Amino acid sequence: MQILKLIFRNAFRHKLRTFLTVAGISIAILSFGLLRTVISAWYVGVEASAANRLVTRNSISIIFPLPLSYKDKVRQIDGVKTVSYGNWFGGIYIDEKNFFANFAVEPESYLELYPEYVLQPDQKAAFLRDRKAFFAGRKLAERYNWKLGDTVILKGTIFPGDWDFVLRAIYKGRDKNIDETQFIFHWDYLNESLKKTVPRRADQVGFYMIGVKNPVHAAEVSAAIDRTFKNSLAETLTETEKAFQLGFISMSEAIVIAIQMVSFVVIIIIMAVAANTMAMTARERFGEYAVLKTLGFGGPYIIGLIFGESLFITSIGCILGIVLTFPAAHAFGSAMSQFFPVFNVSVKTIYLEIGSSVIVGITAAIIPSYRAVTLRIADGLRRIG
Amino acid sequence: MPNKPPIVEIKNLYKSYRRGNQTIPVLQDINLDIAEGEFLALMGPSGSGKSTLLNLIAGIDKADSGMIKVVDVDINSLSETDLARWRSGNVGFVFQFYNLIPVLTAFENVELPLLLTGLSRKEKREHVETALKIVNLSDRMEHYPGQLSGGQQQRVAIARAIVTDPTIIVADEPTGDLDRVSAEDILELMERLVHELCKTIIMVTHDPRAAKKAHIIKQLDKGVLNANPQTYI
Repeated sequence: MQILKLIFRNAFRHKLRTFLTVAGISIAILSFGLLRTVISAWYVGVEASAANRLVTRNSISIIFPLPLSYKDKVRQIDGVKTVSYGNWFGGIYIDEKNFFANFAVEPESYLELYPEYVLQPDQKAAFLRDRKAFFAGRKLAERYNWKLGDTVILKGTIFPGDWDFVLRAIYKGRDKNIDETQFIFHWDYLNESLKKTVPRRADQVGFYMIGVKNPVHAAEVSAAIDRTFKNSLAETLTETEKAFQLGFISMSEAIVIAIQMVSFVVIIIIMAVAANTMAMTARERFGEYAVLKTLGFGGPYIIGLIFGESLFITSIGCILGIVLTFPAAHAFGSAMSQFFPVFNVSVKTIYLEIGSSVIVGITAAIIPSYRAVTLRIADGLRRIG
Repeated sequence: MPNKPPIVEIKNLYKSYRRGNQTIPVLQDINLDIAEGEFLALMGPSGSGKSTLLNLIAGIDKADSGMIKVVDVDINSLSETDLARWRSGNVGFVFQFYNLIPVLTAFENVELPLLLTGLSRKEKREHVETALKIVNLSDRMEHYPGQLSGGQQQRVAIARAIVTDPTIIVADEPTGDLDRVSAEDILELMERLVHELCKTIIMVTHDPRAAKKAHIIKQLDKGVLNANPQTYI
């Protein structure tokens, strides 16, 4: 048998208690998984960063622009392969609650730098041909039911006025971690309009995106770019795309830390619940443990029974929690798609859920096992009757 | 019977418990020999130390001093691990409240002590079936303890006690939780074990009717063994 049979049958001796414990563990694992997925979603931009891409911005702050004339100087720096540039547009679609990222970029170099945005060749050609064109991510187009050829008007906040664009292409992410909710249009369209309306803001870009020939030399290239513009009116700060993204996340680091802490608190709480269940279970069975010891079963067998039951119960809870994490994450991701464009349960999260369950199972069994093993047989037998 | 060499030898046995700073003597200078095939009843008032003596003979507790030899093994000198191994091969236990595992069937309960042996699955099955046949429960093998009467549960417990063919069987108030008819059945079964299978049984009981079934009755009073045993056979 027999130990496995005994563990299985013991686990269901108090069906209601086991059911409630399993339910508690499932909910805790589900919550833990969702919170970890929120954290992953926070870092999705960092995860999607490429090692061969640098971002150059004004060294004072990203809200200050850089001259367009820097483009040719950057291109001449040794190790630079591609130079693109863009502006955060910050347009609003109909209402402020319809938030999505929208950028004006130099299209050809941008698409060369970001091959993870996959456009069909005919749509790409149509986008490049039309200066009022934009391309949008698949999820964004689905959210607002946009079709190719549709005109979309954004209300400018940084660049005032109503701006109309024509949807010429819809991109798909090369993999599931790519944000499919972006809105990208021609920088020239923005710049030409500014030349007419606010000339002093024309020929300035928010940031440069730079492709390097060899990622190993990214640090040297970054330093060379910043050296080139040292003591100019607009000094630059160049960093890897990953560092640039992390810089954004650091602004909301307190929130991320809070979510992380809550996710671990959930596990600690369920650990206490599981430990309580196992303590009650073991206490009720001290007489049986005494009988087993009387028959000659040693400490390892008793420990095996208690740990086995604890791990069995937490495993059921863990499996249920993991299974439920996927539909819950899908529902959460759909409801919060404006804030979390990519909300996928990662393999790492699954491993963390499994690891947490194992830790809960083991921790819950330690004290009951110790008490059962150190129990004097005569004392244990006295508890019966 | 008196000519047989003792299977259990107890010499100058002392046992006490500590309660705070106090030392409470439970057994004092116990000397006792039990021969193979003997059915011995230990009687005495509550707190006289009879269950403690039974526990010491069965190797589930340790004496403060003195010697307990069971088939030439001084069990008081064994480590906990060796003692557990010794118990599994040499002692069969029958308790007042049967102490069966409720989630195991009668068959599985009886099989439990055999898990510590190197017997094959087939051999284990044969041993269990034989033990259950001896206690007349062959038709209740797949029943759980909760589906059996008190008397039947105690018979399963006896089958569990004899399945490893132990040197001695210790029984602590085996009829204490049973009605008169069931108690009589259990005592008859124990008599059969002694007469037909030549088992050695040491039984603690309060019940004079149960004690009358034994060959020898020993009285304990305040931890001291009465010097004049009553012998019925």
